[in-house]
Amino acid sequence: MKIGAPREVFEGENRVAMTPDSATQLVKLGHTCVIESGAGAKAGFSDAAYAAAGVTVLPDAKAVFDAADVVVKVRGPEAAEAALLRSGQTLISFFWPAQNADLLKQVADAGATVVAMDMVPRISRAQKMDALSSMANIAGYRAVIEAGNNFGRFFTGQVTAAGKVPPAKVLIVGAGVAGLAAIGTSVSLGAIVNAFDVRPEVAEQIESMGANFVYLEFDASELPDGAATGGYAAPSSPAFAAKQLAKFRELAPEMDIVITTALIPGRPAPKLWTEDMVKMMKPGSVIVDLAAERGGNCDLTVADQKIVTENGVTIVGYTDFPSRMAAQASTLYSTNIRHMLTDLTPKKDGVINHNMEDDVIRGATVAHAGAVTYPPPPPKIAAIAAAKPKEKVKELTPEEKRAKETAAFKAQTRNQIAMLLVGGGLILLAGLYAPASFMSHFIVFVLSVYVGVQVIWNVSHSLHTPLMAVTNAISSIIILGALMQIGSGNWLVVILAAASVFMAGINIFGGFMVTRRMLAMFQKS
Amino acid sequence: MEFGFTTAAYVVAAVLFIQSLGGLSGQESAKRAVWYGIVGMALAVAATLYGPGAGNWLISLVMIVVGGVIGWYVAQKVQMTEMPQLVAAMHSLVGLAAVFIGYNTHIELAVVQGMDAAAQEAATGFAATLVHKLHDPMASALISILRVETFLGVFIGAVTFTGSVIAFGKLAGKVDGKAKKLPGGHALNAGAAIISLVLLFVYLQTGSTLALLVMTLAALFIGYHLIMGIGGADMPVVVSMLNSYSGWAAAAIGFSLSNDLLIVVGALVGSSGAILSYIMCKAMNRSFVSVILGGFGGTTGPAMEVTGEQIAIDAEGVAAALNDADSVIIIPGYGMAVAQAQQSVSELTRKLRAKGKTVRFAIHPVAGRLPGHMNVLLAEAKVPYDIVLEMDEINEDFPDTDVAIVIGSNDIVNPAAQEDPNSPIAGMPVLECWKAKQVFVSKRGQGTGYSGIENPLFFKENTRMFYGDAKKSIDALLPMIE
Repeated sequence: MKIGAPREVFEGENRVAMTPDSATQLVKLGHTCVIESGAGAKAGFSDAAYAAAGVTVLPDAKAVFDAADVVVKVRGPEAAEAALLRSGQTLISFFWPAQNADLLKQVADAGATVVAMDMVPRISRAQKMDALSSMANIAGYRAVIEAGNNFGRFFTGQVTAAGKVPPAKVLIVGAGVAGLAAIGTSVSLGAIVNAFDVRPEVAEQIESMGANFVYLEFDASELPDGAATGGYAAPSSPAFAAKQLAKFRELAPEMDIVITTALIPGRPAPKLWTEDMVKMMKPGSVIVDLAAERGGNCDLTVADQKIVTENGVTIVGYTDFPSRMAAQASTLYSTNIRHMLTDLTPKKDGVINHNMEDDVIRGATVAHAGAVTYPPPPPKIAAIAAAKPKEKVKELTPEEKRAKETAAFKAQTRNQIAMLLVGGGLILLAGLYAPASFMSHFIVFVLSVYVGVQVIWNVSHSLHTPLMAVTNAISSIIILGALMQIGSGNWLVVILAAASVFMAGINIFGGFMVTRRMLAMFQKS
Repeated sequence: MEFGFTTAAYVVAAVLFIQSLGGLSGQESAKRAVWYGIVGMALAVAATLYGPGAGNWLISLVMIVVGGVIGWYVAQKVQMTEMPQLVAAMHSLVGLAAVFIGYNTHIELAVVQGMDAAAQEAATGFAATLVHKLHDPMASALISILRVETFLGVFIGAVTFTGSVIAFGKLAGKVDGKAKKLPGGHALNAGAAIISLVLLFVYLQTGSTLALLVMTLAALFIGYHLIMGIGGADMPVVVSMLNSYSGWAAAAIGFSLSNDLLIVVGALVGSSGAILSYIMCKAMNRSFVSVILGGFGGTTGPAMEVTGEQIAIDAEGVAAALNDADSVIIIPGYGMAVAQAQQSVSELTRKLRAKGKTVRFAIHPVAGRLPGHMNVLLAEAKVPYDIVLEMDEINEDFPDTDVAIVIGSNDIVNPAAQEDPNSPIAGMPVLECWKAKQVFVSKRGQGTGYSGIENPLFFKENTRMFYGDAKKSIDALLPMIE
């Protein structure tokens, strides 16, 4: 199959869906690759580099659409591009089918297959093609860099000969992939980072990245269960939202940099950073709104623009963060695409097998064989196991502990006394009837059992195998019995006794030998 | 004079044996302890040869030497991973010897009872001991007790013999490891046991050889059927239980021969095996009875459904994680023994430690097929024993651990034991490796473990499956650790 990447026509889009590296990998799957001239220029990949990787460079988009069986893109198709798609052709790109229903209908009617990279299900197996995550990772990183660019101070606190510099205080709202990437970047720059998310289960992830989780005092039952929505956040209840805003108001005056990343799938971005909070912030503070494309988390955000408010707060509303790091973004995105094609080419023979039974492929395919296949049925595998309510282990007070110990001690005493009484009684009973010579042996027996128990309790776990080998060797003491009988006048007795001596002999030598071998191996470091 | 000397030697030997067992409480003192055992055994044998009842020295010595050479040879040759089989096989020898000696007592008794007074006077050796009993004022009681003792000795010996043979077969893979029962199940065992009990009374009254023979057959059957019905995962308990039986058999024989040393040592071995079985049952949170009766008992409902998928990882991924980790805990299991991977694991440990990482081993009490199995294998591979820790010592450290590597163990790291009250292994203490930041599971395939229980650990988010033969997998890692 021929894989083709046209140049992105969207204004300001610098990324490209195929890099020379990814093309090399695609060739290994049995495909051939074509690319429009200049497609990779803004991401730093020249036509010559593509040609060196064995990619045919075609002059314009039409040539690419005509030549390719599979068209790979970053942005969803423009109307002009969509018109170029023909029946049986496959398009792999971001598509946002929910927002572009008309376009989807048009493409489906044309008979083309569309694999939407934004629809890849969030299951572990599909992580390698999760372009949303890889782009979000870049956006999170870039957001911190943009913030730093517009922030007039250091991130890290310093004490210098020229004076003391306080560390920057950063608040990250929404700890998805972008949020976590932003946390990691700002922590490594030396800032004090606080982070908030409506999903309490991500507190651990936030703390693992080195940020403080901003806790809200709230009743657990009122919290939304993030696991039920495939790992994405769900809209919060009004009471929860009010509490959340109150907390932000409390934090606003202290924060130097606020990065908001809160998005709910299929809805406008929630308004989390209101105008009054912006007014409370210090001059020179920076807000980076990663949700700007969907209306922004901040009231004052203007999409695609950087504005400065009256009180000197910079609000960055760019929507093209990944594109601003086109080289990196293209590398990651083209790898996601390549993984998708690997799944679509299971035999690595250059033949696309569009298996609609496969959870991942089914989920991502929004148009196939002339029909719209969006929305997909729910995946068979839940992305995240539903969290079970944790049982709390009750902490015992010292009094309770002592009471417990006393009770245990008493029970133990009772048991021991009962056992001594019963055992003693049985022995006495036996003594009444059995002859004295038997009793003398019996006493030896009972004492030996007692000694055995006492001795073995102290043997360490690791030596249980040697112990077994030793006791095995020692149990061949039965040889004594055979030796005592072997002097008999009866030939049958002699034969059986000799056989016993023989077997016990094997056991004695074998048992001790093996034990010695084992013990010789134990050594200190 | 002779008797006095023999008894004195027995006392010394008994003390040495106790010292020998007690010395096993520490690795260093254990090396000394074996010598106590050897000297004790030599002393006991020498004293017996010198003492009453012995004769036919030539045959005795030849038999000891031939047996000794064979035992020596086998012990030298055996692989450390084959240790469980060897121990089981040796138990069967003791069991069979006990049966033979019991029969001897029976024959000798019949012979002595058939003699006339003059011949009885002239009897020597073991026969003389029996004559002595016959002439005792309480002769009838003594003979009855003797018969009970002989009967018990033969019974326990026979059970030990077939039981050990089956245990050997299962451990060596020659008999299918799954729990199997004949139709009728435990009723058959119970029936055979009742028949044996009835025969005991018959034998007590008549001293009939037939009763003894039939009982032996019944006991052989019990040994066979009992162990066949126990799954391979419970073998550690079975082996130590059989060990215990062989001790009790020796003690019973000691009674019938009026030999105090046999009684002392038999009781020591018997009680030590019983305690060991008890300790292991406790480690598995199962009652001794349920182990003996075979199969997992007490399941109350359907097991929790496991959701998610097992995510595989390759050697590069594991090596990268290990290179980044500061603390590593390795959890070996039977799979390591099967793959003979202990040398590779040891090499991995050495390399990681050379880089200044903390590497420790977590050993579950029932890991492997024999108590302490893993310790012996790791010791063979020269893993220092002070980094090999027990479950209780290390379980709390998992949350602070970067990487936990599970090598060929399954049930002992199964979180279902804690999370799922309906799981057949619910309540069994397990190594909480899933609390580590990352868990790698080296495993041959996606199958379930010995118990056939699904393991939710493999589906956890921080778990990655490192498929393949344990030895090959670890060997693949070695060059990547730098």
